[in-house]
Order: sequence, then C-alpha cells, then structure tokens
Amino acid sequence: MQTDAVVSGSLRNRLVLILIGGAAVLAIFLFFAVRSYAVQVAQRGQDNILLASVTSMLDAAAFRDGVAEVDIPYAAFSMLNTPADDRVFYAIYQDDTFLSGYNDLGLLGENQGGQPSFQTRDYRDTSVREVTASRTLIGADQRTEIQIALAQTQDALADTLDQISRNAALLGLGFFALAVALSIWATQATISPLSRLTNSVTRRGPQDLSPFTKPVPQEMAPLVTSLNSLMGRLDQSLSQSEDFIAEAAHRVRTPLATVRSYAEATLLRVNKEENREAMRSMVKAIDESSRAAGQLLDHAMITFRADHLEREELDLVDLVRDLILRLTPVADMKDLTLDLRGEDTVTYAGDPILLQNALRNMIDNAMKYSPADGAIEISVRSEPVVAVTVSDQGPGFPLDEIETLTARFTRGRNADNTIGSGLGLTIAQDVATAHGGEITLRNREEGGACVILSL
Amino acid sequence: MRYLIALILGFLASTSFAQEWEDQRLFNDGAGGDALRVLSSTDTNLFAPLIEAYVAENPDTAVEYLVTGTADIDGLFREAPERFDVVISSAMDLQLKLANDGFALALDDVAHPEWAEWRNSLFAFTTEPAAIVINTAAFEGLPVPSSRQDLIGLLRDRPDLFAGRVGTYDIRRSGLGYLFATQDSRASETYWRLMEVMGGLDVRLYCCSGDMIDDLTDGTIAVAYNVLGSYAEARVESGERFKILDLSDFETTMMRTALVSKETTQVAEAASFLRAVIAYQSDDASNASPLPTLAQDGDRGAIPLDPATMTFLDSLKRKKFLEEWEDALIQN
Amino acid sequence: MKFLLVEDNSDLAGAIASRLRLDGHVVDNAETLEDAKAFVSTGEYDMILLDIMLPDGDGRTFLKEHRASDLDTPVIVLTARSQVSDRIGSLDLGADDYLTKPFDHAELEARCRAVLRRKSGNARVTIETGGVVFDSVAGSLKVAGEPINLRNRELRLLELFLNAPGQVFSKQKLADRLFSYDDDVSENAIEVYVGRLRKHLEKSDLGITTLRGLGYRLDHAD
Repeated sequence: MQTDAVVSGSLRNRLVLILIGGAAVLAIFLFFAVRSYAVQVAQRGQDNILLASVTSMLDAAAFRDGVAEVDIPYAAFSMLNTPADDRVFYAIYQDDTFLSGYNDLGLLGENQGGQPSFQTRDYRDTSVREVTASRTLIGADQRTEIQIALAQTQDALADTLDQISRNAALLGLGFFALAVALSIWATQATISPLSRLTNSVTRRGPQDLSPFTKPVPQEMAPLVTSLNSLMGRLDQSLSQSEDFIAEAAHRVRTPLATVRSYAEATLLRVNKEENREAMRSMVKAIDESSRAAGQLLDHAMITFRADHLEREELDLVDLVRDLILRLTPVADMKDLTLDLRGEDTVTYAGDPILLQNALRNMIDNAMKYSPADGAIEISVRSEPVVAVTVSDQGPGFPLDEIETLTARFTRGRNADNTIGSGLGLTIAQDVATAHGGEITLRNREEGGACVILSL
Repeated sequence: MRYLIALILGFLASTSFAQEWEDQRLFNDGAGGDALRVLSSTDTNLFAPLIEAYVAENPDTAVEYLVTGTADIDGLFREAPERFDVVISSAMDLQLKLANDGFALALDDVAHPEWAEWRNSLFAFTTEPAAIVINTAAFEGLPVPSSRQDLIGLLRDRPDLFAGRVGTYDIRRSGLGYLFATQDSRASETYWRLMEVMGGLDVRLYCCSGDMIDDLTDGTIAVAYNVLGSYAEARVESGERFKILDLSDFETTMMRTALVSKETTQVAEAASFLRAVIAYQSDDASNASPLPTLAQDGDRGAIPLDPATMTFLDSLKRKKFLEEWEDALIQN
Repeated sequence: MKFLLVEDNSDLAGAIASRLRLDGHVVDNAETLEDAKAFVSTGEYDMILLDIMLPDGDGRTFLKEHRASDLDTPVIVLTARSQVSDRIGSLDLGADDYLTKPFDHAELEARCRAVLRRKSGNARVTIETGGVVFDSVAGSLKVAGEPINLRNRELRLLELFLNAPGQVFSKQKLADRLFSYDDDVSENAIEVYVGRLRKHLEKSDLGITTLRGLGYRLDHAD
C-alpha cells in the first residue's frame, strides 16, 4: 500500500514566500515613495529660495534717470548659500537684451501670465536648477521688461537626497526585516494547528478511530469534520465487517459442529462398513471446510494487522511455551511430543497475536506431517538473528517446490491426504514479512522438514 | 644678481606674455621640469618664507612666483587658466567668482574648516583686517579718533592739516580696494560721508597698500584709509612712525585665498603646494610667517566665503557703485 | 463426569450431549446465561462447556462472574469465531481452554483430561479390576501395584476396553476412536497398539483376546 503522500510544494514555504515577497515589494515601494516625496520637498525648498532671491533682485530694479537699473541686493545671493557651497549663476536681461551676469545663461521660456518658471538643466557641465522671472517697469514715458534668470547647482540637494535615500533605505530594510520576522511568526502560528492535528493523527494507535474533539481554527473545521466523518464511516464499516465475519463464522460453524457431532455419534453406533465410511468422509469434509474458513479469516485478520503492526516487548520463549502447553493435548492424541529447545529468554518487540498465529500454524503443520510417536522440536534463539525453528520427522518438503511452497494456497504435492488449505505457511510468511523477517524452508539431513521463522 | 635674474625673467615673461609683473621670482631654479607657476597679489617678501619652506621639503619642484594686482590677476587668469597652477589673491570676491565660474580644481582631501573654504576648491589661509593708519607726527597734539564719526569730524574740522594728505585705494584699479570699499559701504552709512569728506580734502588714490604705507611713512599723507593690516603691522614692528587706529565701528576683515587652476598640468604639485601653504599658515607657533595666520575672531567676523560676495561684481552694480564713488571722491 | 453445556443452539447442544453421553458422561444443557447460573448454583459439575455468543449476553461475562465466585469448576470455551484475539480474551478472563467449533470429540476429551489434570483436588474416577488400578484423568495405570507409563493412544485404548468389558471392538472401530479422521491408518497400526497394551497388562488378570475376523475383547483371566 502506498502511504507516502504526493508532495507538491510546502504551504509554509508558500506562505512565507508570499508574505516576504509582499514585504519586499512594500519595502521597495516605501523606499521609492519616501524618496520621491523627499525629492519633491527638497526641490520645492530650493525653488522657494531661488524664487525669493530672484524676486528680491527684480524688486531692486528701477528706472534711474530714464535708464533701467538692477541694484542686486546683497541678500539675494546671500540667501543662496548652502552647506555644500552651491555655485550660483545669473543673467539679467532687459527686453531680451543681455544686461549683466552670465551671458551664456539663457532665459527659460516663460509660462503664461508671467509666472516664474523652473527647470532643471545642464549648464557648464553640471546640473542646475534655474528659475526665470520677470518684472515690467513702467516709467514716465516708457515701459520695459526686466527678466532675470537665476541658476544654482544641486550639490546640497543631492547631499540631502543621499541622506534621505539612506534613511529611506534603512527604513525600508527595517520594515522588511520586521515584516520577515512577522511573516515567519505568522506562518508558524497559522501552520501550528495543522501540525498539531497531524501529530495527533500520527500518534494514534491503529485501532483508534474515534473523532477528533480538540478545538481547531474555523478554516480547518471542514477538514476535521470530513476526517471525523471518514473515520466514523471506516470505524462503522470495520466493525460491521468484523461483526459480519464473526456472525458468518458463527452461522457456518455452529451447524457444522452439529453435523460433526451427530456424525461422530452415528459412527460409533453403526457397524456396517459402508455407512461408517460415509460418516468418516462426512467428518473429514467438515473438518476441511472449517479449517479452511478459520485460516481464511486468520489470514484476513493478519493482513489487516500487518498494516498497523502493534509491537510490544515480549519473551518469545514464553510465547512458545504457552503455545506448546495449548497444543500438547492435540499432540498427545497422536502420541507426538513437542520439545522446546534453545535459549531461556529471547526478548523481542513484535505483535504477540501475529507471532502466536504464525507459530501455531508452523507447529500445526509439523504435527500434521509427523509420523506417530514422533517428536517435534521447537527451538528459539537470538543469535545471529532472532529466530524460531520448528522441525519434524515427517517426509520433508519436495525439493523442487521449496521455493514456491510459501505462495498463497499452494500445498505440498505429498500432502494430498492431509487436511489443510495451504494457508498455514502463507500466514507465517506474512507475519515474518510484517516484522521485517522471513520464512526459510529446508529439509533436515536426518529426515523431516524444518521451518525457520527469522525476525 | 638676484635682481638681474628677476629682470631677465621679467623680460622673458614680458616677451612671452606681454605682461608687466610687479615682481617675479623663481625659487629652486635648480630643479628640472616645469616650475609651478603661482599667480599672486601678495608681495614677494611676505610670501617668500612659505615658498622657501615648501621647496626645502620638495627639492624636485621649482616655483615661479608672479606678483600683480588683484584685478589683473582676475583678468589674466580668466584669459589663460592653463598658464597658472596656483592663484593667490586677497580679493575674496574675485577669487570666489573664479571658483563659482568653474576655474578652480576641487581638492577633496584638504582638511579645512568649513567657514574657511568654498566647495573644496577655494581655501582661505590668512585672516587680515583692513586698517586705518595715521602718521603719528601729523597727529601731534590731536586726539586719536576712536570711531569713524570721530575721524570724519577731525578731517572736516582741519582741512588745513589734511588737504591732500589723505590716501586710500583707487578702487577702479584695485580689486582689494573695491572689496574693502563695497564691504565698508555695506557695513555703515558713514562710509559715503567719509568719502565725501575725503573727496573735499583732495584725496590721493593708490594702487596698493605698500605705496600707501610708503607715503604715510615719509609724511606725504597723514591718514591711510583701508590699507592691508598685515602690511601696516609689518611696518609698525619695524619701527615706522605711524599708528593703526582701532575704531569701534570699523570691522572689515578679509581672508587671503588660494585656489588650484582647473587646467593645471601639475595637479599633484599644485595641490601639495596649496596644502603646504595652509599648513604653514595654520601652524602659527612653529614659524614666524610675515603673514597673519588663519583665525576665527569672535567679534570681527571675516567677510564670509559665500555667493553674496559676488554681488558687487555684477557689472550694473559695479558701474553704479563706481559712479557714486567717483561722485563722492573726485570733486574737481 | 458431569458436564454443564451452555449452548443456545439446541441442535448442536443435542448433538454434543448425545455424543458425550455415548461415552458415559452426564450432561446438563443450559440455553441461556440465566439457566447456566441457576444450574451452577444448584448442581456440582466437573466441567463447564461454555459458548460465547448467547441470546441474553456474552459468555465472557458469565466467565468473569464465575471466576469471581469461589467455585473453581474448570471452563472450556466453545467458540464459533476464529479470531485469535477472541481466544486470547477468553483465556485472559479465566477460561481453562478453548475449542473452535466444530471440534473433534477426541480432542475435547483430551483437553478435558488435560484441564482436570492441571486442577488437582477433584474427585477422581478410578477403575479397579483384575489387579489393575486405572485413573483415566491422570492417565495412570498400576498393574500389581507397579505404576506403568502409558502413551496417550494406549491409554485411550485401555479406557475403551475397561469401559466395556466383554464387548468386541472391530479394528475399524478402534481406529476411529484412536486416530483422527485425517490420519491414514492401517490395520497394522491397531495391532501394534493392542500388542503394546497386552505387554503392559501381562502381570495382571486381564488379557486382550483376538477374535479372528471380528476384533478384540478384554477378558478376565479367570
């Protein structure tokens, strides 16, 4: 049976990845948002100063003796001082004619309505922020327009932005680290009810099909409900089939027992050999069918238990001794002796019911093929591996069939006259396999079969 | 002999540059290769100890020291920045504008106080007040003025004594004079009244502090207005008969600045020279430099190194200032 | 021996009872747990044969109660189930042995004997005749005061003869009693066992007579 699930990805990893990925995207977004906002604010700050400066210069423009003059206030440039010692360029024009300053610093195309305009551009191999503003002077008989372009490098701005970018990056990183920690914690917290449920399923014994009653999160309720309902149905169907088997056995065996008892009684009373032979055949047939039914049921039970092996510490010698005690009356009837040999104690962790069943089948088999007055030797040893050997003094196995003999429903060729379904060794083999061991068949040199159950 | 060399060099220089230098000297002429060309407004004798100390440390470097007026320096350097390696001037405004206009090379590894440098390309290395100096003989029996107002009153009251005996910079020719004048005018309204009084006294105009102090020394003039404090101090210490006035409302302080030309072919040498100058001037205890050291005086803040110093360099503004100055000072 | 048979199926109960009576045993039949309790409280039994599935309850409940009382009548469980766990359960609850239906009566007797042998103190049925003392439960035989070791089939053969002195047993009849039906028995084998028994009885007054063509008979020497 395949019990390993087909695994495709991990819920935990997926959750962590999604959360961390989300956090990373958010952190990057945060970084750019903070930075772009800071750029705007810083740029606006510089623009405001440039505007104040250019406005103060325009304010100082006036007609003197009919000539337009611009007496640049000292404060106009003073206010442009920055920690990064930014360079300052300016140009004064009157009606688009250059008056003073840097003649290569052109005016920006002005906005509608004479509003000052700003632009970031390259000038003298460096990036500058330039503002252009103008003012119309009205004299007694003339009017003229004074235009001023003022530009400043952006080193201080860049420094500020570097600083802000660093802080924003730190903020983003901090946010990310926190988010990662939170993601892992949240994932752990989310997954843990699932792990707890898995644990409690795994820890259950094979017979425990009772419903789960511990509280679980709402989202897991349908799963647990389905699981409980599945186990309920399984439990019901298992106990139903158990009951059915028991009932069937009871129904079949009771009349068989009746018939057998009457047949036996009749056999004792009749003298005519024909009738006696008929009675004997009847009893034989009954025995064969009841034995077959018993072994089929045993085999079904063993197949079921082998999937959920319930191992416990036990003494194999004790187990064998009990079994011998139980079988001695039957052996006595055939004048057979059951001899226990080997070590005094062999401790082994296994399923006692399965082991008992396997060994009983092995000894039954040996008794079946043993000649009268024979001895069956049962020995238990722990070295080199834990093993139980059952040897008889019967005819032994046909050499060419030793390999296939343990296959289900195979009976030895020389066992035609012996009642048995052939399941005995199959059951022993299944039990051995379930315990990680094997059954070995061989013939003894002095005659007789030898079956070894090694675990 | 040295004069002869200077003359020959001067001749050579004048033939190649068509330039008359106030002074011109080659230090460590034994060294091979191109000499470091230093364009300066500072008199050679005041600067020579620095250069000598430098060449002693760097025997492989020759230094050619070229002296001219501050306005000339600005013009010469703007015309051919590739011909000079280091520019030293007392006209802070012109120097700052050179740096602002991109003529100065940024030196990132020069440790210097923030207030004494601009963009890591213009470095101040002295702090020098402008001074009013009087001839003590001429002021015999007169009260020593303690404020500009006192001085104005004294000059106005005694035209007999001071007519033709007051000297100041011709700010049309001297960049430093223009800087002092404009800063003065900014600091106090009394400047223009003083100028008018001085104009009424038929003021004598000079190109340089040295000439002014020479005339003060021999009694040609009794008052020298806005001379370089460092020059005057040097003469007072050498026993000349004049006195530097300490006026409560007179506080123009200038910083001598140096820059490395952006187009210098000897970046490493120029930078090391500039660093040596700064180090020499900062280390006031270990040497006796004729120049004042760089110091931040609490009361008398030096003219700050910021774009505002360029304000009066605006051509419109300069034209207007000079007109007003001429109106006040040249009355005949 | 006196048996209490607790079995609800009257057909089977009748069959078992008639088979047991053939061997000279006394059998009471209880069809329910109630009856069984009544029988146990009024009569004394050498052996209880207990079915597990009964109409008014589980035979194992009866077993448990029986073991809790001070009666120590041996109990052999008859089960129609073949689950090992069922058998183990019965033994754990105090059954002395179990048998799966249908069963060989010879095996039942063998088990009864084994159980009784384990439980000492019970009244023994001994047969004394012709210088022979025979205890069928213990399986012991004394001839002229000398204990003789009998094998199981020899013992059962002797028991057959002693229970019906003077009766002639054919070889076939003897084989049916001594061997299970799946054994391949030759008439020769019966002769071997009869021969062995004759040897054991040499020093007694009993002898086994061969009646050619008919079988064997136990005779007193005198």
